[in-house]
Amino acid sequence: MDLGYLILQVLVFPGLLFTAVAGLITSWVDRKVTARVQMRVGPPFLQPFYDVLKLMIKETCIPAGTARGLFLSAPLFGMAAAALASLLIWRAFLVPGQTFSGDIIVILYLLTIPAVSVILGSFASQNPLASLGGSREMKLLLAYELPFVLAILVPVIHTHSIRLFDLLAAAPAVYKPSGIIAFAVAIICMQAKLTLVPFDAPEAETELTGGAYVEYSGPPLGVFKLTRAMMLFTMPIFLVAIFCNGIAFDKGALPILLGVLKYLGLVVVVVLIRNTAPRLRIDQAVKFFWGPVTLAALVAVIAAFLGW
Amino acid sequence: MSFAVNMLTRSLNVFHLGGSACNNCDIEIIDTLTPRYDLERFGITLVGSVRHADVLLVTGVFNKKSAIRLKRVYQEAAKPVVVIAIGACACTGNMFQKSYNWDVPVDKYIPVDAYLPGCPPKPEAMIMAVVKLVKKLRGAK
Repeated sequence: MDLGYLILQVLVFPGLLFTAVAGLITSWVDRKVTARVQMRVGPPFLQPFYDVLKLMIKETCIPAGTARGLFLSAPLFGMAAAALASLLIWRAFLVPGQTFSGDIIVILYLLTIPAVSVILGSFASQNPLASLGGSREMKLLLAYELPFVLAILVPVIHTHSIRLFDLLAAAPAVYKPSGIIAFAVAIICMQAKLTLVPFDAPEAETELTGGAYVEYSGPPLGVFKLTRAMMLFTMPIFLVAIFCNGIAFDKGALPILLGVLKYLGLVVVVVLIRNTAPRLRIDQAVKFFWGPVTLAALVAVIAAFLGW
Repeated sequence: MSFAVNMLTRSLNVFHLGGSACNNCDIEIIDTLTPRYDLERFGITLVGSVRHADVLLVTGVFNKKSAIRLKRVYQEAAKPVVVIAIGACACTGNMFQKSYNWDVPVDKYIPVDAYLPGCPPKPEAMIMAVVKLVKKLRGAK
């Protein structure tokens, strides 16, 4: 395999460009389903593309006293990490033989970087509201990482492998009771990882006026929005891959369709949770994750060890 | 029509700048954004931070103190940004013109692209103002 082909994979398919387009389409699904829940018509199909492209032509305001380099580069870290995580997941779908052992751990680390980039960007912007948003994001990150990793551990225990491809080949984790509990825990953690309602305290439009993003404008804000859309695509795909065997590309058209339906179903679950739950305060969210959610994840891990 | 104008008019992020209004215009703005009128169909969404804004909706009477803030908020917005003066107060000063603390209309401080009189203007009138503004930006008659 030559270098040019690799770079093409990282930048176009299934890396940056593919993830961005798929993420924006997913965010349209999100907005459309939200609109239908609220008895509205909803935005046109290309609306997320317009939103991001419009931000690319806007002015970039850099507030006085800002750490310029960090302020401008923070969004790029997040976008790169989301694209790389998606690349690793899709490589396990498309070229199963060439993935390495331990890629689940790499993906887990990559999926935390968008949150870290939001924290860095918000603190760099020197705005009190952004700092509040950043500190809430940090607390939320500490809260959901433990149950999320525990939930991912359950299918790993079932298959005795930390290679994503082995999880795709084995029986789906949700066929066992411990897998179902872990899947539910992972969906709740995904909601927090995407900072969607009920865990959107870091942004909290009505109290923090955009929270971590308050000082961002123009292209950096566009990159942040793109990163959020890419995470909205990558996270459900990751959970579908870990718990429900992902999308099978080597068995004909029907399994591909089934895989896409599994993914869309999970996205709709996320959207419905976001539309029916009220926002939790940050202390409530941390208590929720460190209390019942971690407990459920622990129960699932113990059950998985016992073979259930 | 350029690419920039096309993108701007298809995705208008609205920021609501209330300058000591009697709240009727503010209520009508919120009404306009409810599911009944569903402005998201046209890509219009409300944002919380002025840095994210493409449209400033200015309401109310600006006195000698708040007019300085009005100018500052306008400078903080990322350009290009358009301004709509909503309600008779923001357009002309309405019945507060003879008041001791009234300064000048909004357009003496910041450039206003559209005036929307009414006390308060109806949501339909606001949508019409936005349509006219979009047409003006696109260069159509």
